[in-house]
Parts: sequence; C-alpha cells; structure tokens
Amino acid sequence: MAKVIIIGGGPAGCEAAHQLANQGIEVELVEKSNETGGNLNNWYQLFPDRKYAKDLNAILKGHLEHPNIRLHLGMEPKKIEKSKTGKFNVPLTDGSLLEGDSLLVATGFKIFDARRKEEYGYGIYENVITSVELENMFYNHAITTAGGNTPKRVGIIHCVGSRDEKVCNYHCSKLCCITGVKQAIEIRELLPEAEIFCFYMDMRMFGPGYEEMYREAQEKYNIKFIRGRLSEAAENMQKQLQIKVEDTLVGKPLRMTLDMMILLVGMESSEGTRQTAGELGLNLAPNGFIQPQDPHYRNNFTNVEGVFVAGCGSAPMNLTDTLADARSAASCITAYVKNHKI
Amino acid sequence: MYYDHFVLPFTIGLITLLIYLCFKYYKWIKSFPREERKKIRKGLFSLQTIRSGWEIFRESLLHHKIFKTNPMLGYMHMTFAFGWFLLIVVGKIESMVYHTSAFNPPYFAIFFRYFHPANETFPYSETFAFLMDLILLFLLIGITLAITKRFYSRLFGMKKTTKQRAYDLLILTVLWLIFPVRFLAESFTSGLNGGGSFLTYNAGNFFGSFLPLEHLSYPAWWVYSSLLGLFFLLLPFSRYMHIPTEMVYIFLKNWGVKQGREYNGYSEIQVNACSRCGICINTCQLNSSCDINDIQPVYFLRRIRNHEPLSKQAENCLMCGRCEASCPVGINLNAIRQSQRPDTIRVVKDTYAYVPEPEVKRAKVAYFAGCMSHLTPGIIKSMQQIFEKAKVDYSFIDERAGICCGRPLALSGNWQAAQIVMDKNQEMIEASNADILVTSCPICYKTFKEDYTLKAQIMHHTEYIEMLIREGQLKVNNMDVKTVFHNPCELGRGSQIVHAPENVLKQVSYKITTVYDGKKSLCCGGSLANTAIDSGQKTKISGDTVKAYTAYHPDVIVTACPLCKKTLSKTSTEIPVKDIAELVAEA
Amino acid sequence: MINFWGYSISETRSINYDKNDKAMTEYIAATVPSSKLCIGCGGCTAGCTAGNLTDFNIRKVQMLMKRGETKDAKEQLQKCMLCGKCMLVCPRGVETRKMILEMLNFIKTNQKLED
Repeated sequence: MAKVIIIGGGPAGCEAAHQLANQGIEVELVEKSNETGGNLNNWYQLFPDRKYAKDLNAILKGHLEHPNIRLHLGMEPKKIEKSKTGKFNVPLTDGSLLEGDSLLVATGFKIFDARRKEEYGYGIYENVITSVELENMFYNHAITTAGGNTPKRVGIIHCVGSRDEKVCNYHCSKLCCITGVKQAIEIRELLPEAEIFCFYMDMRMFGPGYEEMYREAQEKYNIKFIRGRLSEAAENMQKQLQIKVEDTLVGKPLRMTLDMMILLVGMESSEGTRQTAGELGLNLAPNGFIQPQDPHYRNNFTNVEGVFVAGCGSAPMNLTDTLADARSAASCITAYVKNHKI
Repeated sequence: MYYDHFVLPFTIGLITLLIYLCFKYYKWIKSFPREERKKIRKGLFSLQTIRSGWEIFRESLLHHKIFKTNPMLGYMHMTFAFGWFLLIVVGKIESMVYHTSAFNPPYFAIFFRYFHPANETFPYSETFAFLMDLILLFLLIGITLAITKRFYSRLFGMKKTTKQRAYDLLILTVLWLIFPVRFLAESFTSGLNGGGSFLTYNAGNFFGSFLPLEHLSYPAWWVYSSLLGLFFLLLPFSRYMHIPTEMVYIFLKNWGVKQGREYNGYSEIQVNACSRCGICINTCQLNSSCDINDIQPVYFLRRIRNHEPLSKQAENCLMCGRCEASCPVGINLNAIRQSQRPDTIRVVKDTYAYVPEPEVKRAKVAYFAGCMSHLTPGIIKSMQQIFEKAKVDYSFIDERAGICCGRPLALSGNWQAAQIVMDKNQEMIEASNADILVTSCPICYKTFKEDYTLKAQIMHHTEYIEMLIREGQLKVNNMDVKTVFHNPCELGRGSQIVHAPENVLKQVSYKITTVYDGKKSLCCGGSLANTAIDSGQKTKISGDTVKAYTAYHPDVIVTACPLCKKTLSKTSTEIPVKDIAELVAEA
Repeated sequence: MINFWGYSISETRSINYDKNDKAMTEYIAATVPSSKLCIGCGGCTAGCTAGNLTDFNIRKVQMLMKRGETKDAKEQLQKCMLCGKCMLVCPRGVETRKMILEMLNFIKTNQKLED
C-alpha cells in the first residue's frame, strides 16, 4: 500500500489525511503540538456563520480515527529527505523513522508578531490586544480592559502586519477584514453600550456571505467604519489610547481616545513552512509562502516531484478554501501514487 | 657654472607651478569668512603650527592613517611620498656637501649625477651614492606596487579602486615614468663614467654591455627633466594637486578653520586635498549593499573640481559619515556634500508662522523625544520610567505639539527654512527653563549641539542615563543577555558619543565586542539624508546591516536612535532590536 | 468667481481633468516613481508634525496634484518641515519626503520660467 507523510495537523492536514485514508492510502500525520487543529484551536467562532470552531475541530478530529491514519502528536521532523529512489525519509524527534512515497506540506501560517509594529503600542500599552487574544476573551464571555473595566469605546485596527512595506509584508492576509467584522459583532453582543470602530484601508469582503455580514454589522450592530490607517498611538494617564488616524473620506486628521484597541494581526508563513521548504528545496514566493507550480491548475504541486502543499503554507486562505485545498491536494496525491504504481 | 639646456623643462615647470600655487592659495584663503581668516593669523605662531608639521610628516609622507586601514595601500603611498621626499632631501644634502654651499640652483641636486657623474672625492660621497640608490630602489618598488594595484586592486584588499579618466591616466603615466627614467639616466651615466652605487653602477655596467650608452645617456637626462617639467605643469589640473594642498589643509585644519554651511575657498582646498586613494569607496554601504558606484566622495569631489553636473550625486548619500571617519586626509565630506544641496524652500515672513506660542511645563530637566520617537513608544515609555525611578523633575516638552528640530530640512540643503524651525523650537525649549535638555533622537541631538544656542546642557539619553547611574540616582542590574551595539551615525561619528552608550550597555548586559563598535558602526540605511534611493534599497542596507550584527549571535541588537530602531526592526525578524533606554528600564 | 450683475457664480467645484495642466503630475511620476503606489490610507497625514498644527494634508495635496489640481500646492507645501515621519509610516513605501522636495523643486523652476 502507498504511504503519504503529512507534515502539519491543522485543518488542511487533517482533512487531507481523511481523504487519502478513504482512498486506501496509508497516512502518517505529524503534528508538533499535542493536539490537532492548529490555529483553529485559538478561535472561538467562525465567519460567516458563527459556527463554533471547536465543533469543526471535532469533526476533523473524528475523521482521523481511521485504520489507515497513524497520528504522531507532539512530534517534529528532525529532517526531511528525499532519497534517490523518490521515497521520503522523515526521522522524528522521538527517534522513529517515517518512510513515505509522497509528502504533503500542510505547515500553515503563523500570526504576525504585533510588537514589530511598535507605533501601535502592542506589548507597551496594556489595552492594546491582538485579534487572537480577543478570541480568548470571547471564550470567557467577558471583555474587560487590563484594569478590569468595561470598555466604552473599542477600536479595531485592520491590516496589522499585512499590506505593509514597513514590515516587509506586501501581501494581503485576506481574512482580517472579515475577522474584524465578525469580531466587531461579537464585541457588540457582549458590550451593547460600547462604541465600536473599525479602521480600515480597504474592506475586502471576498467570500460568500461576507459582504452581507459587513452590511449587517453596520445596520444591525451599529459598527462604525472609518477609512484611515492608524499612524501612531499614545497612552494617557488613564491607560486609554490616543490614536492618530486620518479620516480620509472626510479629508481631515482625526484624534480619538479608545479604551481598548484590537489589532487584526495578519498571516505570515510559519517557521515550519520555511523550514520544510528549506530542507526540501521548495521555491518560496516573495511573500515567504510556498510557491505552487501554477496558481490555477497545479496549485497543490511544488517544484519538487512528490511534494505537495495544502492550506496556508502556500497562501493565506480561509477555512472553506483550506479544506477544499486539502481535498484537492489529496486527489492530486492519489493520482500521483497510482501513476507511479506504488 | 653648472648648467645645461636640458634643465630648462624642469626649471620652467617648477617655477610655473610655484607661481600658480601661490596665486591659487591666496585666492582661496581670501574667500574665507573673516572670522576664519582671523584664525589663521592667530594660529600661525602657535603650537598648532609645529603640530601640523608633525602631522604632515606622519600623514602626507608616511601615510600612517592609510597604513592603519590598509597596510599594503599605506606602504604603496609611503614609498611614493616618503621615498620621493628622501630623494629630494638627501640629494640636496649631497649637493650641499659637495658644493660646500647652501646655495645652488634647485635643479643642481636633482641632476647631480649628470653634473658629477663619477664618485669624486667629497666627504661621504660613497655613502651618499649608496643612500641615493637605496631610495631609488625603494621608489621603484612603490611604482611596481602602484601598477599592480591598478590592474589587480583585489590584492590590496580593495573591492574597487578609483576609476580614472584619460587626463588622469596621462599624468599617472608621466609620474610612473619619472623614476624609471631617472634610474636609466643615472645608470647610463654610470655605465659611461663610473660612479653610482649598488643599483645604478651595476645596472650601468649591464646596460653598457649591449647598449650604445654614449648616444643614450644625454637624451635620457632630457627625458627625465622633461617628464619632471611636464608633471609640474600637469599637476595643478590633476589629482596630484593633493600633494601641496593637503599640507596647506593640515595647517588650516589645525589652526581651527571650520567648514561652514557655505561652499567657499576652504571647501576648494579640501576638494583639492583629496588624493583619490579610494578608501571611501570601500567603506560606503551604498557601494556594498546597493552597488551604487558613482557617488562616493572620491567621485563627488572630482565632479566638484571638474565643474560637472552633480545634483543627483549630491542627493545620493546617507551622510552616515563612514567615509569621513575613514578619510586619511580628514576632509569634511558631509558638510561639503550638504553645501551642494540646493536651498529650494522659499522663505517668507509667515513661513512656519503657524507654530503656536510654546506652552510647556517648567522643570529642571526638559525631555524632547523627537518626531521619530513618537513612532517608537517603547523608547518614550522607558525614558518616562527612568525619570520616575530616578525621581527627576522633568517636563516632556514635545509630548503633544512638538515640532521638528530642523535638521532634516538642513540635511536637504534648506538652511533658511531650517533656521526658522530651529528658532521656534529653541523658544519652546527655553520656555521650559530647564538646566538639562535630554533627547532620545541623535538627529535632534546633533543639531541642538551644533546649530542652537541653548542655555541648557544638551544630553542624549545615553549620556543622561550614564550620568544617573554614575551619580547613584539610578540603580541597574546586569541582565543575562548578550547584546551588540549599533551606534547611530549621528551619535557616534556625528556627535562623538561613543563611551556613554557602551558604558551603560556593559552595566546592564553582556556586550559583545564587534568590529563595528564605536565610530566604525554601520548605517541602518534609514537615513533621511538620502532622497535618491528608494525604500527597497534602504531595506537592502538595513538587511545587510542586521546580517552583520546577527553574525555575532546576540540576544538583542541594541541601538540608541528611534530611526535606527525602526529601520533595523524592519528586517530583523529573528532578533529583537531595542533602544538602550528600554534595556535600562528593564534592568 | 464670475461677477454677473452683482451675483457671483462659483466656478465649477468638480475637477476638470480634461482642462487641468498635468505637467507637475508627469514630472512627479517620473522623478518619484514610488508616488504612484499611494492608496490613500492617510497614515502620512495622521501623524504629520505640521498637520498636527495646521490644515496641511500631504495626502490630499498629492492626490490633487495627481489630478492636475496644483493651485494650492505651493502654499500648502511651504508648511512642511520635512521631518520624514510620513515616510516612516507609509505602508506602500512611498518616498513622501522626496516627493515633497520634488514638488517644491517643480514649483520653483516653473516660477522662474514664468518670471
């Protein structure tokens, strides 16, 4: 029986494992943390349908209970090698050695380190948090400032670490806009009295139901949208944030005091992605993600034969696209192992 | 009477040169501002004059600074300059000993072997002959090195040597030919009449074995004299003008003459004092990171000298001062470059009239963060913590409505507009009535020191923190982190602040010694002074600089400038970049 | 303003792109290519040291310039202190400082030509 090694047990890795197993292919799924799900574990609800992330996670996890799938949790590849015969040898940190006919890179993304955008004050001002930390507040059904107060005015800052030459990230992370809209709605549900603002450069509502959600946020949840990029923030004695943006649609600089500021942190290629790409000699796109062979027809193929990519290792994408990408990769791998008569 | 027609080219060349030089230097010095000319009068009979003499010996002859940067290059320059000097001096002594008189025409010593071919008996004549041969050999080795350098510059550890043009190549050839021809002339004469020492005597015998020396000896002296004359005539219009001008510059410099904002005769002297050694090409990061090869001082000064268009080159400079720090002649390269940037902003009565009357809290210490520090709140917050920890009575004077210090305007050549901003800012600082002005920005610091007339003592926060620690007002702990220090250009090279930040850093961390310490630090690439390169090129410089520091495997890259911090953070994704104030606040 | 028997009729408030002189637009596009990258996020204007104290709006000045509206540019640009903060926040890497200097250059050269 053919055997495929999957590096990364996030949504893409899990879904691909499930699909491959159903095709009668043996799967070795390697995940560095002690549970599968990857970044999904940090999310509370998903856009646009507000499904609980843990529910989706449970489905994906359930699919892994398959006789063809062997799970290696808390394990990292010590190195990844392609032998002369085209086989992949992956020694793991526990000393075991995996051997496969094909390799799927599902190493995903990492969240932009907001401290690199120093003028926004993350890690310096106590009431500046990231969108990931906000999800954790949603879990606990409580949004409070660091001082324990209920914020009266909250600002959500789009494009932190995305579309920014100043941190060498030229790409759009795609998901932050809709995440911002979703989170604004969730904040409204917990803080009915608060004023909630989104500061954006462009609203990129690319998915089904996204634009509708944006509309709903304005209409039903009274979220205010200001088109202007945050330039800098300062902190006052009350630990509030004084921000400087330009209200570009009015054409005037705007000063505003916020009780809490949320940074919609963008996506970068993960260390795992870069490391795997380095060891296998995979081409990276200028934005640091893995470069697929062709953006349309061979988007799961890499420049190394037998190595496939799925999910956010190749570009920022939402869950819908990630899961579809995983299935597409699984079908490509199935064809590959059949053609090679493995 | 010792005379032959062949001495004419040499004599005419020498006299013309001397007249020309006197005329030029007079004209240049006359154009100095009055207070600078006064310094010459004052300095002339001071100890500085003797000091200058020593410096001329060390730098113009021995080329001690070039030696320090590049021994091979230094040796080459030394053999040429010192060798020629010895040849002239020892030759002159020899002629005087022979003649028993101090007065003989200048050409007599130069062509001594022609007039006195054989070793006639005069005191120590053989010793002199030996010495003269030795010096000549020394010079010939120098020439061999120079030729080698021109074709294989890498042997000298130089990635690139100065590119020369046709005229320069002509005089270069003349110079290269002078000593081999002298060698031939002396050898031929020796072959015919005897005399000379180990070099010319043996060479003369050798040449005599297959050459008709009786037909060659006299013409060789003609060629030698003509080459010398030609060299003297070409000299003022070539880079060899640096030989006399560098000496004049060393005197003026030591007498305290300063390069002002305007381009004047003093700038001309400096432009002409450039020997085009090319050391500035190799220290320039625009060369090493961006492959920009036509803007380095050696080329820029040449453009000024040749009256070529230079507006593009004037803008394309980070003003990091690395070239200035490594220039063996000590030319004020930044100031001269700045003087070539046009003052475009028209100044009228209400220029910057919008700046409001200052409203600042009075305190003992005024803290001026600077425009850029508002983009690095980590620095501001740390400084506030330090002030509070040390219980300092301070006023944050540009917290809300600060204005620019004016230096960015000045860096772009707009001195008039800069002056207005500086005056307004000075009012605000004075309104705080502070004894000490502390700033976090080296750009502000430099201009506060150089262009403002403030009552308060001006300190960069690294100096201030050092003082607080020294006086026991601030207690710090040594943290277990390995650091490297990136000394900002405007602080280290620009304002001579080297020890304060290093002392502080050593007290709060384990500071790794690097080759970039002190005034040898790199530029982060973010300099406001360069408007010609784009953000991609700046990022490239930043990336290369980070790479250089990363090679030492520090836990933190430490700097002391908001602009450096922002620029280095852009590319340093693995190792955090912090300001020294942040480290102190943590310690 | 056209005076019409005591009534005045305002000139059109719209940008007449056909009629506007785009010499400066072309000059800036050529000398400062990065100026084309602006997406009008306003980051430059938000933190502007001069804009903090006046109505100077660098984003607007350059946007208008790109449409050939350069009448007020000179007066506006005189307010800039060239501190460079705008350049440090621009997410598109526009050389804003160079752009301002070149706009001033252009105005100065053209004025000389007119005189």
